[in-house]
Amino acid sequence: MTAATQAPGAPGSPVVISTRVDKVGTRPKVIGAIRAVIAIIIAFIMLIPVIWMAMTAFKSRPEAVSAPPVVFFTPTLEGFASLLTQRRQATTAEIAAELERTDLNWMEQIALSRGQLVIGQSAFLRQLLNSVVITGLSTFFSVTFAVLSAYAFSRFSIPGKDDLLFFILSQRMLPAVVVTIPIFLMYRTLGLHDTHVGMILLYTAFNLSFAVWLLKGFIDEIPREYEEAALVDGYTRLQAFRKIVLPQAATGIAATTVFSAIFSWNEYAFALMLTSDLARTAPPSIPLVLGVGGIEWAAIAAGSLAFLIPAVILTFVLRKHLLRGVTFGAIRKG
Amino acid sequence: MSNIRLENITRRFGEIVALDDVSLTVQDGEFFVLLGPTGAGKTTTLRVIAGLEKQNAGHVIFDAHSMDDAQPADRDVAFVFQQYSLYPNMSVYDNLAFPLRSPLRKTPEAEIKQRVTDAAEKLRINHLLERKTARLSGGEMQRVSIGRAIVRSPRVFLMDEPLSNLDAKLRESLRVELKHIQKVQHSTTVFVTHDQIEALTMADRIGVLDRGKLLQVGTPQDIYDRPATTFVAQLVGTPRINLLRTARNNGALNISHSDLTLSAGHENLPNDLLLGVRPEDVRLVNDGQFEGVITLIEPLGVETIVHIRNGEQTLLSTIAGNVQVRIGEAVRFNVVPDRIHYFDIDGKRI
Repeated sequence: MTAATQAPGAPGSPVVISTRVDKVGTRPKVIGAIRAVIAIIIAFIMLIPVIWMAMTAFKSRPEAVSAPPVVFFTPTLEGFASLLTQRRQATTAEIAAELERTDLNWMEQIALSRGQLVIGQSAFLRQLLNSVVITGLSTFFSVTFAVLSAYAFSRFSIPGKDDLLFFILSQRMLPAVVVTIPIFLMYRTLGLHDTHVGMILLYTAFNLSFAVWLLKGFIDEIPREYEEAALVDGYTRLQAFRKIVLPQAATGIAATTVFSAIFSWNEYAFALMLTSDLARTAPPSIPLVLGVGGIEWAAIAAGSLAFLIPAVILTFVLRKHLLRGVTFGAIRKG
Repeated sequence: MSNIRLENITRRFGEIVALDDVSLTVQDGEFFVLLGPTGAGKTTTLRVIAGLEKQNAGHVIFDAHSMDDAQPADRDVAFVFQQYSLYPNMSVYDNLAFPLRSPLRKTPEAEIKQRVTDAAEKLRINHLLERKTARLSGGEMQRVSIGRAIVRSPRVFLMDEPLSNLDAKLRESLRVELKHIQKVQHSTTVFVTHDQIEALTMADRIGVLDRGKLLQVGTPQDIYDRPATTFVAQLVGTPRINLLRTARNNGALNISHSDLTLSAGHENLPNDLLLGVRPEDVRLVNDGQFEGVITLIEPLGVETIVHIRNGEQTLLSTIAGNVQVRIGEAVRFNVVPDRIHYFDIDGKRI
């Protein structure tokens, strides 16, 4: 099926990429369409819990718990108001006084409609900020250290290399719940309990093993000749690393960043045990958004939704690299 | 440009001895080819010269200065790799400019531009300068690789089989160009190849390596006409040299498993030896001394390879042009007596 006019391989004949027979005609198009439909259906099924969560975040309290569940409803911000504020039950006199005021913000209005008074901000925003800080810094440190050590493991002959690599991997073998108690005791003694530094250290250490292995795979795939060419071209090892290896490893670094960040962002067990107030992150606090009299499902859903957004943004920003990163190694090079 | 001396270089990788006491000198402006089969230690030699590999013993000397402790960057060499050496995230121009932009050199941009343009013109790649390297053909890539070596004037060019990944036609034309550039620039070059044609056509001198040992150093003619061992004799020349197990009886040499007998051309021959005869020295003549039967004919146009059988020995003979013989035909032939090579049973030239 080549479109060559000359005999293939004749002197001066252009290189012609042959058309794949299975890529022409109508049949493959139909099959392609069917595949797409199936993929969309599967994606939809997988996303039902997320969609349900997003819907619940905008439901009023009775709608959130009604049986059978409500699918069509008028969206309200009640959940978010409950998530972001602390409230108490108001007396009749207080309600009357509040109704007189014209300077109420949207959260106070919602509270008032439920007969409540806003008495302060909730801790949620601060906890979300803690999550961002701890995730950001621990990801930064674990990826930075991992790139350096993966490069060293990949390029230099290190005595006991295999043992060291196994040792690094073994950091990941114990489930978090098993080591939380010893770490808790250790952190209390060291004064790291409920501190940002403590959590950043812990997540960095935990992510490192995975990050080193992942990145070593990526760096192994970068031919050494690139750096060696740079070395003889008059660059130092470090300059060659920065100018040649880092740009080549961008895909791996992006993939590692996403995986590390998602681990730190979602981590629950350590955060529950090792933080209480100052450094508490979002995951252990969302289920604790208890309303006055009964569980505020809308508020919990709103918290989860807010918690989801940064992870979605990060994944979206790095999606190109991530896709190449995930399929990395699956495609053999020519 | 510099002259390079390797003194007793030994390089081990664990148990494997990649280079075993290799000593050689490459003169200023010389095109030196390291020839040998895969795993002979050719590339390791280049890497030791470049400083990419540290020798376990011995010295690398450029112009009487020891380079043993010098980093690759400080040795001022240019290395052309077999493949994978163009920086994939840069354009051709940036690839060529990369060595000049090194912090060691700090070349002004105007001069970089000048030198890159010159090099590109020499290699006829000036139309590709803006192209990303991923979108080049194999031949273009190797041109850029060579270009990156010639943009600066290094003390020595090191080329590691730069042509072996190219197709035959391209290899031939680039071979000529490379040699031309080398002669014009008068650059000291160490060129590694496993291809004896490349070695014979390009080299001023050839060093033959096998399993980490340097077997012979000499001009292409030396190597071809006076191979130091049967290994060297078999490595150069196509078709391969005829190697015949021979016994000496008084003054006569009896080639085993055949009724071929020659008079000994040498005084001090052992009783058991190997005879080497290049195919072009086996000549079909009507009144030849020996007789045989033709078993195979390989016409190549410019010459014809004829397989002649006598007893259980088969001799190859190359004959210019086309010859009118048929398989199964009985023929007579001669062997040019003063072009016979004698080797002892271990393969050493006598």
